[in-house]
Amino acid sequence: MPSSPSATPAADPSSADGETPSLRSARRRLILDGAGLSVSAIAFGLVYGLAARTGGLSLVEMLAMSVFVLAGAAQFAAIGLVAGGVPWLAILLLTTLLNARHVLYSAALAPWLASRRRLERAAIAYVLTDETFGLTLPHFRRLGRADLPGYWIATAFIVPTWFAANVIGYLGGQGIPDPTRFGIDVVFPAAMAGIAAALVSGRRELVAAVTGAAIAVGVSLALGPSAGIVAGGLLAPLLALLISHSPPPSDVELAGEYAVGPLPQHEDENETSGGSPTDHLMVAR
Amino acid sequence: MTDDLVVLALLMGAVTYPWRAVPLLAPGFDRLPPLALEYLRLVGPAVLAALAAVAILVVTETSGAHRLQVGIELVAIVVAVAVVRWRRNVFLGILTAVLIVAIVRLATGG
Repeated sequence: MPSSPSATPAADPSSADGETPSLRSARRRLILDGAGLSVSAIAFGLVYGLAARTGGLSLVEMLAMSVFVLAGAAQFAAIGLVAGGVPWLAILLLTTLLNARHVLYSAALAPWLASRRRLERAAIAYVLTDETFGLTLPHFRRLGRADLPGYWIATAFIVPTWFAANVIGYLGGQGIPDPTRFGIDVVFPAAMAGIAAALVSGRRELVAAVTGAAIAVGVSLALGPSAGIVAGGLLAPLLALLISHSPPPSDVELAGEYAVGPLPQHEDENETSGGSPTDHLMVAR
Repeated sequence: MTDDLVVLALLMGAVTYPWRAVPLLAPGFDRLPPLALEYLRLVGPAVLAALAAVAILVVTETSGAHRLQVGIELVAIVVAVAVVRWRRNVFLGILTAVLIVAIVRLATGG
């Protein structure tokens, strides 16, 4: 077992002797979760396309926003601000603040991907969204190591889907019913909450999740949602470390978390044993 | 109709990408001390719970003010979390939440 995430280069699972059953199982779960989240991407991608058209953006401008920014909240905000005649500098400032949360995703994934080539990491960063992070982190944790093809599978469910839905919404969005009528607007929060719940394995994660939600709501009410999400994501892990009195993790424990090899127990064994120490790594079907 | 906003989109991308890339590309993230790695491990549940909570509990008015909203969406998310913990199935949790909200909105005309 390596003493740090980078002690051994992360093995590409598909480059060894074929896919292991646990890898196949983990990817099946990833695909199912990705399919669920793609519903949300389609629904809001359609609405974004329609909003861009009614906001006066050309098809090229609308797509440029999606391709270069790839962050729904900032894109929606930009449409409204442009239509309202707000100066570009203010729009850029707001975009910077709205998208600051991505630094937390990047930091959380960095130890898993430290051994990948710089160019690969640069490409990974480009498509790092709320959804790809939410899909990928539990996937890596289920496997106990990074799975780059898994990352691209998660991306495939979200990014091309978002682009395609944007175009369809732009060209024919007038006929699209309001997604909130069908409860589609809860897909995203349900997925984020569900994935957070699946990541909770002990007191520290529980404290991080609960205080993260509480801080985010409190700060959002005062300063806005973007500040709230960043504050929750930054402060809650600190509180969790302070509040929970478990000893600091040893290198061995962390090597298990970010390990490049398989976990000591096979995940399918855990599914049937019910209550293993690595239960949190599974989101069984 | 012009394509002037392509430049704005490029600039927006330019201020967004560093947030996504700097920790992944900065040297030294593979040599962090165990406590820092433990902190980063906790960022996942914290930020995902924060995203979910803000999405269902905080509403931004057209005036720009933010207010708390407690409705069927909160119930649906709580049930979804319970389903995920019980069945260990995120997709089933999402489906449950959507069904609850859709049925209640249909019944109440909301």
